[in-house]
Amino acid sequence: MAELATRVGSVELPTPVLTASGCAAAGRELSAFVDLRQVGGVVTKSIMALPRSGRPTPRMVETPSGMLNSIGLQGPGIDSFLADDLPWLLGTGTRAVVSIAGGSTEEYGVLARRLSDAWHGGLRPSAVEVNISCPNVANRGLVFACDPVSAAAAVAVAREVLPPELPMWVKLSPDVTDIVAIAAVAVDAGADALCLVNTTLGMAIDHATLRPRLGGVTGGLSGPAIRPIAVRCVYQVAAAFPEVPIVGIGGVQHGWDAVELVAAGASAVQVGTAIFGDPSAPQRIADEMSAALDEIGVPSVADAVGAAHRGGAG
Amino acid sequence: MSDERSVPVQRRCRLRAVERLGAYTLLRVEAPDVAGRAKAGQFVAVAVGGHASSLLLRRAFALYRWDATDIALVVDAHGPGTRWLTTQPAGTEVDVVGPLGRPFPDPVDDGPVVVVGGGYGAAALVGMVARLRVDGRPVTAVLGAAHAARLVAVSELEGLGAEVLVATDDGSAGTQGLVTDLLAGSASAVMAEAAAVYACGPMPMLAATAAAAERVGVDCWCSVEESMACGIGVCMTCVLPVVGSDGATRMLRSCVAGPTFDGRTVRWGDVGTIPDDCVGAPTSGGH
Repeated sequence: MAELATRVGSVELPTPVLTASGCAAAGRELSAFVDLRQVGGVVTKSIMALPRSGRPTPRMVETPSGMLNSIGLQGPGIDSFLADDLPWLLGTGTRAVVSIAGGSTEEYGVLARRLSDAWHGGLRPSAVEVNISCPNVANRGLVFACDPVSAAAAVAVAREVLPPELPMWVKLSPDVTDIVAIAAVAVDAGADALCLVNTTLGMAIDHATLRPRLGGVTGGLSGPAIRPIAVRCVYQVAAAFPEVPIVGIGGVQHGWDAVELVAAGASAVQVGTAIFGDPSAPQRIADEMSAALDEIGVPSVADAVGAAHRGGAG
Repeated sequence: MSDERSVPVQRRCRLRAVERLGAYTLLRVEAPDVAGRAKAGQFVAVAVGGHASSLLLRRAFALYRWDATDIALVVDAHGPGTRWLTTQPAGTEVDVVGPLGRPFPDPVDDGPVVVVGGGYGAAALVGMVARLRVDGRPVTAVLGAAHAARLVAVSELEGLGAEVLVATDDGSAGTQGLVTDLLAGSASAVMAEAAAVYACGPMPMLAATAAAAERVGVDCWCSVEESMACGIGVCMTCVLPVVGSDGATRMLRSCVAGPTFDGRTVRWGDVGTIPDDCVGAPTSGGH
């Protein structure tokens, strides 16, 4: 069986398959279906400074090989998360990656400060994932990840405040003209790894009423429908920054999908929408990856990372 | 109390039978690990379309009946996923997650019980009626549907010893009108002295039933049907505004906080919105 252990910078993972933010809550619900200690890690749903109700329903539309969501980052706020969710998740022994999201540069700073305090109090996740696919209230609602100046500011303030020994991953949006340019900004601002990609903005219209189907009108498209976009983004960023670890995200449904992202340059992958259809997907996909690599005679995930840049395998 | 959630399981299960049931399809599924944990008011989430399906999300169905080995579900085939499920031959393996959600609690007081079902929603009530009838409790079932073929479980509930009252929109069975007409009419006497009401059906029917129960001071347990992607509590799509014991409104997930809700706590008129006074509601200029 091909060796699945991998690393994202200094973070060691028993398998390359983590849960994607927003698709596993804080792990508790999934623990009925998978042994969280056995999965690569759990990336928690993006947490904001204050409790947040999210957007009106309907929040979800199934689309061909995908889904649109317009949840609006409903969540309990950082205080409740640090008091309840994170201690529980760390107690499982899995690798916890805390996703943070802000509506302003200051909010990223506040969240990083709370995580830093928690770190010094002994609550030590494996990494932080900075979700910058949020509207910047101070910039007419333009998403941080779509503007190099805002993206740099949010990432830099988080890096400045987070403990230096706590790895910081930055998750980018595919909805940009040049993903390499935004990746460059994130790396310059202190990202230890890049997570590619978040959902891409989409919309669906009801056939009976000709009105938008989502309460929030537009929503993030995820699932296998966006996988080729994710593979392309990972490939382009890996080509530009071969030394920066990448976590590939986008439509991973089966083992071969994960292998594609790895070959494009990802050291690990995250599984999101697949969990909604199959709560044991993180474990199943890791098993399938191992079998897939065996099939082509690649001894380990590490050997497959970036293979597409080196003329392939074997 | 039996209103605690069970620990759900995920299993590959064989379809034992696929049969017509009026306008619906009855699925019998061999699922002993789900059946053994099932409680009235819970549901299952079923994957559709097979291994290479482009339909990624599970479909949720209330548990209709179950025994030691099998569960039975009533499916309204209205989209590609449910059409796939209802056209599979017996013997097909399907991936089932369940039992999910908060079951119906037992009535606190002695006395008769009223159950109110709209369309296939009546299926979710059968297990509860069976449980109540074991103790000999009088049950009145008020069932409504658009037309006779969309009624479920009428003869079954009669067989369990319930008094069954029927209303259809077109008068093709029972009286012409809505279940709420029956609640205000021929069922009004039993409503007034009921120990509890259990309801499952479309939102407007649940809202009207909860209001009718509240007028006479009777507990009303409503099983809601909200659109879900996962059924297990991770996707956050199936939320509705619910008032907590602290008086604050929160957007709760119907898959884990429900599908059974105390009818008095749901803000029926605000379903589909984020009320301004909800915990974490957007402030002006915010998201």
